[in-house]
Amino acid sequence: MAIPLAYNLRNLSARKVSTVLTALGIGLVSWVFIFTLALAGGFQSALQATGSPTNAIVIRNGSTAELTSIVARDAAASIESQPEIARAPDGTPLATHELVVLWNLKRKNGTPANVVVRGVTAKSVALRPKIHLVEGRMFRPGLEEVVVGKLAQARIAHCALGDRIKLAGRQWSIVGVFDAQGTAFDSEIWGDVELFMPVFDRPVYQSVTLRLDEPSHFGALRKRLEADPRMSVQVKHEDEFYAAQSATLAALLRGLGLFVTLVMALGAIFGALNTMYAAVGSRTKEIGTLLALGFSRGSILTSFLIESVLLATLGGLLGSLMTLPVNGITTSTMNFASFSEIAFRFQVTPSMLLSGMIFAAVMGALGGFFPSRKAARRVIVEALREA
Amino acid sequence: MKYLRLIVANLLRSKRRTFLTVFSIAIALFLFCTLRTVITSFEASLRASKATRLVVRHAASLVFPLPLAYRERLAQVPGVTGISYGNWFGGYYQDPKNQFAQFAMDVPTLLDLFPEVVLPTAQAEAFRSERTACIIGGALARKYGWKLGDQVPIIGTIFPGEWRFVVRGIYTGQTKDVDENTLFFHWDYLNESLPEGRRNFVGIYWLRIASPDLAASVSGRVDAIFENSPQPTKTETEKAFQAGFISMIGNVQLLLTIIGSAIVFAIMLVTINTMMMAARERTREIAVLKTLGFSDGLILRLVGGEALFLSLLGGALGCGLAALVFRESDFTAGGFFPNFRVLPETVLLGLLLAAIMGFLSGVAPAVQAARLEIASALRKVA
Amino acid sequence: MASENGTLIHLRDVHKVYYRDRIEVPVLQGINLDVHEGEFLALMGPSGSGKSTLLNLIAGIDAPTKGEVRVAGESLGTLKPSRLAAWRARHIGFIFQLYNLIPVLTAYQNVELPLLLTRLSSRERKKRVLFALGLVGLEGRAKHFPRQLSGGEEQRVAIARAIVADPTLLVADEPTGDLDAKNAAEILTLLKRLNEELKKTVLMVTHDPHAAERAHLIYHLDKGVLQS
Repeated sequence: MAIPLAYNLRNLSARKVSTVLTALGIGLVSWVFIFTLALAGGFQSALQATGSPTNAIVIRNGSTAELTSIVARDAAASIESQPEIARAPDGTPLATHELVVLWNLKRKNGTPANVVVRGVTAKSVALRPKIHLVEGRMFRPGLEEVVVGKLAQARIAHCALGDRIKLAGRQWSIVGVFDAQGTAFDSEIWGDVELFMPVFDRPVYQSVTLRLDEPSHFGALRKRLEADPRMSVQVKHEDEFYAAQSATLAALLRGLGLFVTLVMALGAIFGALNTMYAAVGSRTKEIGTLLALGFSRGSILTSFLIESVLLATLGGLLGSLMTLPVNGITTSTMNFASFSEIAFRFQVTPSMLLSGMIFAAVMGALGGFFPSRKAARRVIVEALREA
Repeated sequence: MKYLRLIVANLLRSKRRTFLTVFSIAIALFLFCTLRTVITSFEASLRASKATRLVVRHAASLVFPLPLAYRERLAQVPGVTGISYGNWFGGYYQDPKNQFAQFAMDVPTLLDLFPEVVLPTAQAEAFRSERTACIIGGALARKYGWKLGDQVPIIGTIFPGEWRFVVRGIYTGQTKDVDENTLFFHWDYLNESLPEGRRNFVGIYWLRIASPDLAASVSGRVDAIFENSPQPTKTETEKAFQAGFISMIGNVQLLLTIIGSAIVFAIMLVTINTMMMAARERTREIAVLKTLGFSDGLILRLVGGEALFLSLLGGALGCGLAALVFRESDFTAGGFFPNFRVLPETVLLGLLLAAIMGFLSGVAPAVQAARLEIASALRKVA
Repeated sequence: MASENGTLIHLRDVHKVYYRDRIEVPVLQGINLDVHEGEFLALMGPSGSGKSTLLNLIAGIDAPTKGEVRVAGESLGTLKPSRLAAWRARHIGFIFQLYNLIPVLTAYQNVELPLLLTRLSSRERKKRVLFALGLVGLEGRAKHFPRQLSGGEEQRVAIARAIVADPTLLVADEPTGDLDAKNAAEILTLLKRLNEELKKTVLMVTHDPHAAERAHLIYHLDKGVLQS
């Protein structure tokens, strides 16, 4: 025989202040839980989505980021003539060689940021299907023009369409803004690689990126290029290359988040214990009555446990709702692998919300168990006698 | 104080509740101290920086080096009393996850310009006289178990290949804010090992100036000298340089503050609830005390004092635990936070926060108790 | 302390109205009462007659809707809450039906409570607490907690608490209402002694005729009106 749920609901609403305070306390734990997951997830997916599994990137052996890599002109030419590379409609290989430098610019709030300035070729956009212009036009090769990613435009000073920006002692017109769908490219500034090389005084490229004609050909290409002693390069899947850059920081963020939420959950469980012990204490007589009426100890235990889980889940729901406004907010950090600014968005996913709710329910169950057991173990006569 | 016994007796009434409340507050303050320490450990480099030291780097970013030839011209700038230089090496030990800072430094001037790097004279001599020697910080030595005479292989990411350095010295920081997670080796050794075209370039010059007041004028003069050269410079105080680096990390401070506030707020809500429940259960006793002649103000102080006492106890536990746990642990979270240690200011701030929590969680029940109508309170339960 | 003619309690046209769910419930209707110093007065009446309310008004823990309550030389209606609390501490010793000892404090600490409000040193306080406990015959129970005492003992501790600060007036609300005959008799004897030996004015509410017999004077309260 089960005690009706309405009994629990009425009890929760009878002590409104206590219910709301406890639920909010638990809700905030869920909120921090989801918040840190959304932070780590947003950062990781920005970098992960930057690379494409059908692309390969070639950098110098031993480098972990493009910035510290060097690919000589002749090596680049030889890489781009490999047979495993897919062809553009005009029959030329789908490959690009790029120059990457960090340039210290001011954010709109005046603080400095290291922005990735990338010299690209006509094939660079074709190799990244996620990128498309949303404002203006592409830069014209040979002219002092650049296009900027939309997050760079949003965060870096003087990056609006039509502005001029000073790089390497020259003024560059911003002629276009591109959307790279939240990937790392969104934080970059792109211009003509052949013009950049003399201007930035860089005689070499940093990387070569290419599209494979067949994903299965990656192994052969990699083996041949990495064995070539004249180049001393390493070949990686583009997606894995970028994912690796995010691994350490994302793991750190997740670790911090997990540590904080688990410890904090303990505090919230203590609070739930207090609330439920008080609830059990103030209803001693009721419990005695229920037992006298013939409800089993199991149903008393279940009933109080349900009440606690209900209370906590209500909190989890509140906490989850409170994370929704955070979704999509842009923040930035330094990508420690490349020392460059990377902007990304908080990403609250349905599965995170669900984990937050489950997390809250578990807190409720843990916080409710001992008081419920205490309730179920009351001796009828004594319970009835109490005030 | 004669009323303290009353407060203590009330706290001992429900030992379980008091224990749970004190510990949930302790947990909140422990987390607060931890998160706050993340922020202060980022800022340790600021505290360790010297007001009489300037940093000269390429105007564009650290990625671009400056010619070694700048050294002579920098040394001649009036107000400059010393100069050292070096390159960020950017290597790792065995696995890219093992991150720590390595600098190729001009060894003859290193210890002169950085008096906070403390090295026994014999070790300093051994370091100076051996081309492939290096010195490492005490924390780094403990982390990897490196001893004097050990060969340390470092994989270069900017300067490819495996580099082997012999540990000839283990330095300690002059103050606790000095990073002990760095490896210094000979710039000359790096330079000679590079191909012809990459030689004689310097990442950073450090200038010592006669007085902190000269910082602006010397910086201005240095940058003016190289303004129209192919490698323009950016000169700033060491503190400004470190602050710029920290600000590149982004909104970490804001994010951690948000998380920390949420934690403290959550536990405060829970504590308010506990305090209110505790006061509600004692309605009759409070009415009795009032009958005996305890004034409203005294009741307010007694109930409020109980909340304050609980919170401060929890706060002291939480802050103390954090200070203890991170004191000698050399915890760096994978090299991200060198100098992870709880500052006395953080503990004080935590205790202040605990007091505020206690005050806020005590206000509602205390006011409720003080306003209690004796006659109706006695009637309700009797 | 009392007025010129020795009147300790002076009530004129005292009314008290309660509101229960916004319905007016008149409890006291035009009470006039004078009690002289040194008297032992019993107040009788059926439940709901308002005798406890009257006692509360005299003890300064409730306020009349209308009328004058003058006790120990103070018109209680004119006192601010903080002054009223200080007045209670000085003049009133209250004895409850259910003893109302603080469960987390020992018998000694319970008795000491009213003395905390005075400027007495802890040595002086100790002397007085032990004296009061001796008076009720419970020196040996000083370290016991209320739950370790019998009902009669609890009430005696409560009486010690009521007299420890040497109040002007002892008020007792059904002091024997929860006790068996033997314990009740002991408590009444104790109150009688306090009245006779220490010259305390005692005002006792009771519905027990045996208890009332011990008093000098018996008043009856019925439907909010006093009859002697």
